[in-house]
Amino acid sequence: MIMADSSNGAPGTSVTVATPGRELDEFENPGLPPHRPRLADRDPRAEKRAERQVALLFLISVLGTLLFFAGYFFVPLNETIERLRLQNLMLGLGTAFAMLGIGVGIVHWAKTLMPDHEVTESRHEIRPEKDRRDAEKIVNDILDESGIKRRPLIRNTLLGAALLAPLPAIAIFRDLGPLPGNSLKHTMWDTGVRLTRDPSGTPIRASDVTIGSAFHVIPEGLNEVENKLEEKAKAVVLLMRLDPEELNPSPGRENWGYDGIVAYSKICTHVGCPVALYEQQTHHLLCPCHQSTFDLEQECEVIFGPAARPLPQLPIEVDDEGYLVASSDFQEPVGPSFWERG
Amino acid sequence: MKNFSSSGTTRGRNHFVKALSQRRRHPLAAFALLLMALLVTGGIYAAASTANEAQAQTTTFTANDVEEGSKLFSANCASCHGMGATGSDAAPSLVGVGAASVDFQVGTGRMPLQMNGPQAQAKPVQFTEEQIRQMAAYVASLGAGPSIPSEEILDASEGDSSNGGELFRVNCAMCHNAAAAGGALTRGKFAPSIDGTSEKHIYEAMVTGPQNMPVFSDANISPEDKQDIIAFLKTIEEQGSPGGAELGSLGPVSEGLFIWVAGLGVVIAFTVWLTSRSS
Repeated sequence: MIMADSSNGAPGTSVTVATPGRELDEFENPGLPPHRPRLADRDPRAEKRAERQVALLFLISVLGTLLFFAGYFFVPLNETIERLRLQNLMLGLGTAFAMLGIGVGIVHWAKTLMPDHEVTESRHEIRPEKDRRDAEKIVNDILDESGIKRRPLIRNTLLGAALLAPLPAIAIFRDLGPLPGNSLKHTMWDTGVRLTRDPSGTPIRASDVTIGSAFHVIPEGLNEVENKLEEKAKAVVLLMRLDPEELNPSPGRENWGYDGIVAYSKICTHVGCPVALYEQQTHHLLCPCHQSTFDLEQECEVIFGPAARPLPQLPIEVDDEGYLVASSDFQEPVGPSFWERG
Repeated sequence: MKNFSSSGTTRGRNHFVKALSQRRRHPLAAFALLLMALLVTGGIYAAASTANEAQAQTTTFTANDVEEGSKLFSANCASCHGMGATGSDAAPSLVGVGAASVDFQVGTGRMPLQMNGPQAQAKPVQFTEEQIRQMAAYVASLGAGPSIPSEEILDASEGDSSNGGELFRVNCAMCHNAAAAGGALTRGKFAPSIDGTSEKHIYEAMVTGPQNMPVFSDANISPEDKQDIIAFLKTIEEQGSPGGAELGSLGPVSEGLFIWVAGLGVVIAFTVWLTSRSS
């Protein structure tokens, strides 16, 4: 099995790079190291052993595939999670062994049994001018043989077809629309809309919200609307109560809360993750995605992280029956920036 | 962070329930059911009568409990919380925090505080149950606050874990992680893992809002809903992962670390093997 190759070894031939006008140090071509036969090349028993190892690896692959199908067909799922766990284990291990068995087997085969003679491939001479001329000739030949210059009918119809062909793509992309219009600037909140608990939709009395509390809030009627998830994605609010002394409302926003109860949009102004990690002592709101931190005491100013704007506040008041209601919609678009936001 | 006080009794009870459901077609099942019904009826009566006592106890306790609790408080807590538990620069006032707060903070080992830091961490419990009850009695006597929950409301087998799961994902999962494995907060604080926490301590944490956890009062999440949440937590605690290594259920951080280290390690090992000469 030893494949002798003229290129392996034979030191002594010298390689020079002839550069006119400059003398280069000649060096001895060290050649390739002497070919060393592998164990399987010298010993028939080792060869046999390697052959069996490869076959065993392929068999492992077969067993892996069988394990996969055993899990797939013969582990019926019931209401317990143990069956699911067993099935997942068998599917995972089965696929892994099926793939690894083949892959490792082939590599082992190639490394131990297939010919391993060394080969030298010389680098081609670089001929830039000639290669460029050849390429130019090929292009010109194509243009001549196609006759596109002599047949304007074909040329013009091809141009027309090529210009029209992308139009269906425009129609298809148009179906991604319609454009959102001003729906990004408005939510379900409006004057008098009650604040209700997520997910039950029950209204919240101001007296329910004790100091230190955090309520996850959706607008009343959200559970009944048609595009519930789209509306919810914009309208979710976190309602918190803290000591009114700790709030520092800016002029014009003094009556946006009620006795220390404040409501802020839960949608992060960075990329729109729900900001709901509320620390009731430090009054920090943390976004779990990129660690933007908002300070409730300063109207949810950003005190850390990549968010660029404070969380929008929902102005709230209390209705005749003692329930919390919105005074209006948010005064600015909620969530991350978008092109038309301005 | 699995150093919460664990509850071996719940685990045992649920295994018992599972064994029961598997043998429900046994010929003696009807007889056993009858026997059990009798026991349960009697048990509920007994439990209800003692629970009423317990409920009464949580609000009044005995004068002796308050007396003993006061002594324990002066000896162990007053250096930070002040004489009369009115608070100091180092620690908040405990007037009106309720018995549930004491039972949670001391019962999980968070109090007495081991060291100053971003937040008090759980550690081995420093007092006996009796002593904790007495301190709770003393603090409850200072002002009205959440009381220690009754046994019935803590019975996870009575809860609806499906509803509990929904409530958990809305109210709790953002900090404690969807698998209740805990997560990081700002500036060194963290929401601990809930795995292994007893029903009572879960309930008390919700009503009292320890440290930076918001309060989830009964007006926000009703006691029945709290029971559902506990049922959900106990369900996921028992059933475990649906397959594969959980890697702490921490999501992309631990999974990413694993695949970058172990996955790339395997790729490098294969590369070395592929390019090496066979012997």
